[in-house]
Amino acid sequence: MKKGVSLFLLFVALLIVFPLFFRNPFPRHLLIMIMMYAVMSIGWNIIGGYAGQVSFGNAVFFGAGAYTSAVLLTKLGLSPWIGMAGGCVASVALAVIVGYPCFRLKGHYFAIATIAVGEIMAGLFMCWDFVGAAVGIYLPILPQSFRNMEFHATKLPYYYIMLVMLLFAIGVAFWVERSRLGYYLRAIKDDPDGARSVGINIRKYKLYAFCLSAVLTAVCGTFYAQYVLYIDPPSTFGLTISIDLCIISLIGGLGKLFGPVIGSFVFIPLIELTRVYLGSEGQGIDLMLYSALMIVVAILRPQGLYGLFVRGSR
Amino acid sequence: MEIFAQTLVSGLLIGFVYALIAVGLTMIFGVMDIVNFAHGEYLMLAMYLAYWGFALLGIDPLYSLPGVTLALFGLGILTYYLLIRKIIDAPMLSQIFVTFGILIFLRGFAQFLWKADYRAIPHSLLSGNLQVAGVYIGLPQIVAAVGAVVCNGLIFLFMKKTRLGTALEAVAEDKEAARLMGINSDRMFALAWGIGIGSVGVAGALLSSFYYTFPEVGGNFCLIAFVVVALGGFGSVVGAFIAGVIVGLVEVMSGYLLAPSIKFVVVLFLYLAVVLVRPQGLFGKA
Repeated sequence: MKKGVSLFLLFVALLIVFPLFFRNPFPRHLLIMIMMYAVMSIGWNIIGGYAGQVSFGNAVFFGAGAYTSAVLLTKLGLSPWIGMAGGCVASVALAVIVGYPCFRLKGHYFAIATIAVGEIMAGLFMCWDFVGAAVGIYLPILPQSFRNMEFHATKLPYYYIMLVMLLFAIGVAFWVERSRLGYYLRAIKDDPDGARSVGINIRKYKLYAFCLSAVLTAVCGTFYAQYVLYIDPPSTFGLTISIDLCIISLIGGLGKLFGPVIGSFVFIPLIELTRVYLGSEGQGIDLMLYSALMIVVAILRPQGLYGLFVRGSR
Repeated sequence: MEIFAQTLVSGLLIGFVYALIAVGLTMIFGVMDIVNFAHGEYLMLAMYLAYWGFALLGIDPLYSLPGVTLALFGLGILTYYLLIRKIIDAPMLSQIFVTFGILIFLRGFAQFLWKADYRAIPHSLLSGNLQVAGVYIGLPQIVAAVGAVVCNGLIFLFMKKTRLGTALEAVAEDKEAARLMGINSDRMFALAWGIGIGSVGVAGALLSSFYYTFPEVGGNFCLIAFVVVALGGFGSVVGAFIAGVIVGLVEVMSGYLLAPSIKFVVVLFLYLAVVLVRPQGLFGKA
């Protein structure tokens, strides 16, 4: 365990000093994306990994976070930080509305229902004029400041904001793992009937997990909107985002604290680099690469790559 | 009024094709409890096969249909032996990830080889319209609907009237008991994949003469197939047939009454409503 802690501290220290050595925009951007997907995958892992409920619709929370803050900023001029809080509220509401009925469904039915929810949201936002419909929303270029969550000269502030979010997400997952909630979720995953027979309110704890998952995804939505300064339905509600989160968690290790972090550090560079080096000629190769990885891991190593990186710890 | 009738007829016709796609999905699910998320991608491959048969060799989709069906039948069996067989007893998470992985792989494969272009067969053997009582119906659509009905009927007869079909149903009912009766469940699973993917081959060849072919074409069809299967009841062939027609009508009518861009949202709401109110579907066992 001691070794695990020092390994983690080393990891954090490396992330803190990374931008001092890499001054070009691309490596910094790459790390920001890795950390952002790690945060969202940690969120996915709470519902998908610990509780075993495969959600193919977590992008709806990403979209909810992005659209809530973007609308509050463009229509009311509110700071994105307030928008981020609003996005969390919206995504928790969404998680309850979707989760309450859908957690009655088992396995495949739940997975397909979450695809349906995601596609419904994308479809509705595509024709909702108030939020820009298919055109999306261009966020206004404001003077750079922490309050505006916009930085034009350098990506550095974005980098450290994301790093803080990552540490927060790891903290949340750590707490879930140690808390009563974590034990309940694992019980629900391994033996739902047994969990029910000892008096665990299954739906309630699945909902808690789903709400935590939603919040961690929504804050990334707001961050993404402020980072890219443009959002539209496919880039925020798209099914591919939801799928990426599942794959990252699977590759790293389902239901493991650092699984999604490891998965993100493997997966995101893989697709970003294939995109950069193969360009449009190689369109599709990235998909083939990571889907092959996904199939191989699911068949041969369902516990993920976790054990290869973190030996001996939990 | 004429537009209404026109819409009704086109919904009915496409509904038969939906039913055929869904029958393959429901058969695989019914026999081995695995949801094939890549179902629409096999349809996409079938459409490309028919398209290239026409573009390179000049063979009309109507004539290449048997070949496409056979190829997809083989691909289904190959998929079973290569991948699916290894995850029959695996946790559901692994099963979902493997068939989902196949989906992404095939889509990437098509994007890489054939790019994102929309391709259409310009003058197939069946082009032109039929006019019946003021309603125009495209000839390819009629042939597709008839072909889908015939193929559905054949699958139904096969399941009910042949020894092999009965054996397939026995495995679906109870794997262990079927094994004790001397039925090789491994081969039955392979057969289910062959027939399930083969029927998508028929649907793909029929669709290719009037529908655009592109790498993502499978996505919507696959989601619609899920809705159809949920509505008809997972595992029910008859249910899939009736539900296919209902979904076709709902889709086209909501496009007509509300807005074309929202018709898909309505169909997905139908899925949620069905699984939440009646999880076993219209014809499934509780």
